[in-house]
Amino acid sequence: MLPPDKLLPETQPVYVQSWIYVFGVATLAALLFVIASGLLLTLMGPAWYHVSSKGHFVNSVHLWSVELFFVFMVVHLWGKFWMAAWRGRRAMTWITGVVSFLTSIGTAFTGYLVQTNFDSQWISSEAKDGLNSVGIGAWFNVTNFGQMLLFHVALLPLVVGFLVAWHIVLVRKRGVVPPLEAQETGAQL
Amino acid sequence: MTTNQTTEHRPTPRQRHQANSIADRPWTGPEREYDLLKEFVIAIVVVGAMVLGLAAVFSSPDEKSLTLKAWSKSTPNDFTATAAAELAGTSVSESELGAPYNTTGGNQKFGPFGLQKAAGVRIPVDSVNNFVITPLSSLPPAAPLSDALTQWKAATAKQQQAWGGAYSDALAEPAADGDPAKVATGDYGPVPVLTASLLGMAQSGALEGVIQGEGGFYTTNYTKSILFLADGAYLEDHAVAEHLGGDQWGMMNETASYPGQSWMWLYSFWYQVEPFKSSGNADALVWVLMMVLSLGFVLVPFLPGVRSLPRWIPIHRRIWKDYYRTQGSSQQ
Amino acid sequence: MSVHQLLAVGLDGPAHYFTWGPIQISLANLVVIAIIVILFVLAIVLPFPKSKSRP
Repeated sequence: MLPPDKLLPETQPVYVQSWIYVFGVATLAALLFVIASGLLLTLMGPAWYHVSSKGHFVNSVHLWSVELFFVFMVVHLWGKFWMAAWRGRRAMTWITGVVSFLTSIGTAFTGYLVQTNFDSQWISSEAKDGLNSVGIGAWFNVTNFGQMLLFHVALLPLVVGFLVAWHIVLVRKRGVVPPLEAQETGAQL
Repeated sequence: MTTNQTTEHRPTPRQRHQANSIADRPWTGPEREYDLLKEFVIAIVVVGAMVLGLAAVFSSPDEKSLTLKAWSKSTPNDFTATAAAELAGTSVSESELGAPYNTTGGNQKFGPFGLQKAAGVRIPVDSVNNFVITPLSSLPPAAPLSDALTQWKAATAKQQQAWGGAYSDALAEPAADGDPAKVATGDYGPVPVLTASLLGMAQSGALEGVIQGEGGFYTTNYTKSILFLADGAYLEDHAVAEHLGGDQWGMMNETASYPGQSWMWLYSFWYQVEPFKSSGNADALVWVLMMVLSLGFVLVPFLPGVRSLPRWIPIHRRIWKDYYRTQGSSQQ
Repeated sequence: MSVHQLLAVGLDGPAHYFTWGPIQISLANLVVIAIIVILFVLAIVLPFPKSKSRP
């Protein structure tokens, strides 16, 4: 799909010189902690963390990695917006990024529904009205714990994982977008 | 080779075209060393330390679920009023929710489009029977409950609703103040016995399992239990006390002092302002609006105006300042 | 006693909310949003360490 030196090059264009560039990889790192802590929670089932201090700690790791995931993702998003990073056949990179963001919101939301606590009761009772009002609730039933659990631990993570992988491959394939108003100069020709 | 322009000047359309064509092609200009693998490893270590640190220091919220037993014990009058409303056909689940649960509620619309109704009744909920009559019928038959159930089942729907409505109204009278013991005498049929029995059943802790168990031995669907709980004021009062109500930006918030889904800010925002705030179709309006805005977000690269914002507000000058400085000077 | 019980900083108490007109926000959410803004500003203001350039 991509030659190794393009997937993991040893150099970057000279303009890749800002802290803003680290937030993409920070988002990815946070996502790995989200997935790892989520997988640990699946080992013992959705109610384990209520009764085990180890489970509660893993649950805390899951929460805070999600919070950091969104923090880093938003900084990354703002950076890419102000760099107009969709230029030069990079629109699909932007689109896969935004769709990952929106899908992550949905995934986090289903996580709140499967906490099996007061949060889940209230959030599902509120959210059902919004989803029902546009007909989605008839198929995506937020008060159906089993359905939401499977969405949260299987379907949506697969979609997010696929989108993120696609996004990263596109970034590597197209390269980092050059600065706005970059000129044709001898150095580039 | 054109080297007579500096990047400090606003580009002409021709230059902009050239700039775009640079973005189109693989970069052939100067490069610097950049070890992506090292960056990734550092990110894992730093983010990992932050995640474990935050988890150790701040923990995470886990407020116990509410139970029908706790509801019926702590606010028995609210529970009784809810049970009476179910029998009267005036509860939220029967008279407001509509599809996909029933056809008795009001469905929301977006302009002329009734998406809610079009989805149909795919998750049928029969509040009277699912929440009250079926659970009570599971109790060992004994008077006066068995007589009340017989009387209820033999009556017409119209008669049932009249009894339920009369009892609901009587409970709501200021003199009664929600207390079944203070209700004036009237034609309530079997309703007072039914609601009192349901209250007793809930207080014993038996009701929850029976409603949930209506789905069979294995049940992972809590639709009925949640709908019944949400028909009362108990759940919402709890939520509002924790600032989780819909008109309190509640979707963004979390129990106790934890951060919540702050990324829901825009979705929560619309519910706080007109015309959504007071609209009977608020959910449909907000959802359609958010879907349109999300589509716009996805299509930013193609939206005239929005896609030009980064050129008009030159934050990129700051991000690429080294590049602009060196390129500017090398071209003099 | 677990690690987090030893270290735990109280986020289990009632939340503090700020209200400005129609805006209501919890202290915790405000802090998270402030961190995003601060990180963004620092990311574009702080100089990034130089590395060797290659022609």
